[in-house]
Amino acid sequence: MSLNKLTIAAARDGLKAGEFTSVELTESCLSAIEGADALNAYCAKTPEIALEQAKAADARLKAGDAPALCGIPLGIKDLFCTKGVASQAASRILEGFKPEYESTVTQNLWDSGAVMLGKLSMDEFAMGSSNETACYGPVVNPWKVDDRKLTPGGSSGGSAAAVAADLCLGATGTDTGGSIRQPAAFTGIVGIKPTYGRVSRWGVVAFASSLDQAGPMTKSVRDAAIMLGTMASNDVKDSTCVDFPVPDFEAALTGDIRGKKIGIPKEYRMDGMPAEIEKLWNDGAAMLRDAGAEIVDISLPHTKYALPAYYVIAPAEASSNLARYDGVRYGHRATLSAGEGIVDMYEKTRAEGFGPEVQRRVMIGTYVLSAGFYDAYYNRARRVRALIKRDFDLAFEAGIDAILTPATPSSAFGLGEMKDADPVEMYLNDVFTVTVNLAGLPGISVPVRLDAKGLPMGLQLIGRPWGEGDLLNQAMVLEQAAGFTAKPEKWW
Amino acid sequence: MSIDIDTARKVAHLARIRVAEDDLPKLAEQLSGILTFMEQLNEVDVEGIEPMTSVTPMRLKRRVDEVTDGDYPEKILANAPDAREGFFAVPKVVE
Repeated sequence: MSLNKLTIAAARDGLKAGEFTSVELTESCLSAIEGADALNAYCAKTPEIALEQAKAADARLKAGDAPALCGIPLGIKDLFCTKGVASQAASRILEGFKPEYESTVTQNLWDSGAVMLGKLSMDEFAMGSSNETACYGPVVNPWKVDDRKLTPGGSSGGSAAAVAADLCLGATGTDTGGSIRQPAAFTGIVGIKPTYGRVSRWGVVAFASSLDQAGPMTKSVRDAAIMLGTMASNDVKDSTCVDFPVPDFEAALTGDIRGKKIGIPKEYRMDGMPAEIEKLWNDGAAMLRDAGAEIVDISLPHTKYALPAYYVIAPAEASSNLARYDGVRYGHRATLSAGEGIVDMYEKTRAEGFGPEVQRRVMIGTYVLSAGFYDAYYNRARRVRALIKRDFDLAFEAGIDAILTPATPSSAFGLGEMKDADPVEMYLNDVFTVTVNLAGLPGISVPVRLDAKGLPMGLQLIGRPWGEGDLLNQAMVLEQAAGFTAKPEKWW
Repeated sequence: MSIDIDTARKVAHLARIRVAEDDLPKLAEQLSGILTFMEQLNEVDVEGIEPMTSVTPMRLKRRVDEVTDGDYPEKILANAPDAREGFFAVPKVVE
């Protein structure tokens, strides 16, 4: 087997046992990346940095100083600022931007000896569910069942495609409304969004600050546990990052979920749900029951208001966060004609630099925050958000340990198929995942099986706040019971 | 709530995004569609509910108000489209 196909856990063990070096492992990934331009997953390749880091990792391994990710080659979503390396959030407005600093998450990874293969494409500013809003053109899903090119999902679509196609051992993602879990489900990999505050947001380009959270996207649940343990930290640079100790998530993977109560929320059984998704969900519940968990029907009554609340809060925060892109401090500045002043500069720069979906969301955010509408939209949405969180609090207080839902309303769709759709139709992709961001909870997407078309389908487990260890353990039990081992056949 | 063309023009200006006159009708229609979708929130009784602020009740971290960082103007200006003599340069603002 080529080394790039290994899981993080297997590569870690192989490196420690001296079966191969990090340089060999890294070269294997780099050559896979070279042959995969058709997927358009990497928007910046950093082979020199990778080989340098790999050599340093080999030296550490030899010296017996090898932290969890020492020598493991990873891909980094373009939303993370990486010092001296293009970090563009897949937007024209950040063209040419090379940060003078390193995000806390990536610094944690490099401190642990990880190797950076390059930057991974995404929807522009993480706004999108199909990767079609990236300024680099869409990423293509390595899964393919007919002539069509399929979306890898979004916004972390480059990360998902790269992991699924073995162009890295794992990747960082970020999730504001489902941007780790939906692409993970579309590509047959694992993705976890941690509890809000578990992972530092410092140096991650901000979309909606009260919802954004970074997490790992990996080939297995164990890999997610390993990688999350390094990504998470306490950080004085992010005032919302908590001071709780970071547990050993891998040690939580006991495989024992006997007596755990798994909730099945009736509100997620929506009208017109495809029979295939419903069966997947029921079968997933049966797998957890067979492993000794108790399946309990629960109600989360405010579920249907999650999407509209999300599409008030997220654009409002985005309009504020994206105000900084004004053509003054970094990135693109429009060329001005004679007589044009500073307001023309702002307006032209932002019109040229932001794509249509980002423009729409900034304008919606501007509108809901404007005088006279602030209470009617923004404050109302924040109150509804409190009710959505209370639904979960009540379920957990009643003894529920985790909640099982579908991850997405369908498997991957074709690139361009949603081109003429209303923006709201695209938003429906997030229907099962946004509630988790609004409530700040951890959520994980686990691949379960292929659908009738031959495309991966995943289930989502939602955990208690700060309960990522238990959640990962439940996810591993589901992963083992489902026995999903399919890989996309190489066509690229 | 529906957004007319004048409102769309006003919102675009508030957001400092130039939108061509010809594109305003479609923008107004799309924004109206999104706002109609949001109007479902009016069905919810939010009387007496405080807006959510954090996952687990906690205060934002505080620190002493003192300078802990800085003194590298060249790094701050490194990515500027137009930087001169230690400043960001912009078109003339005051006549």
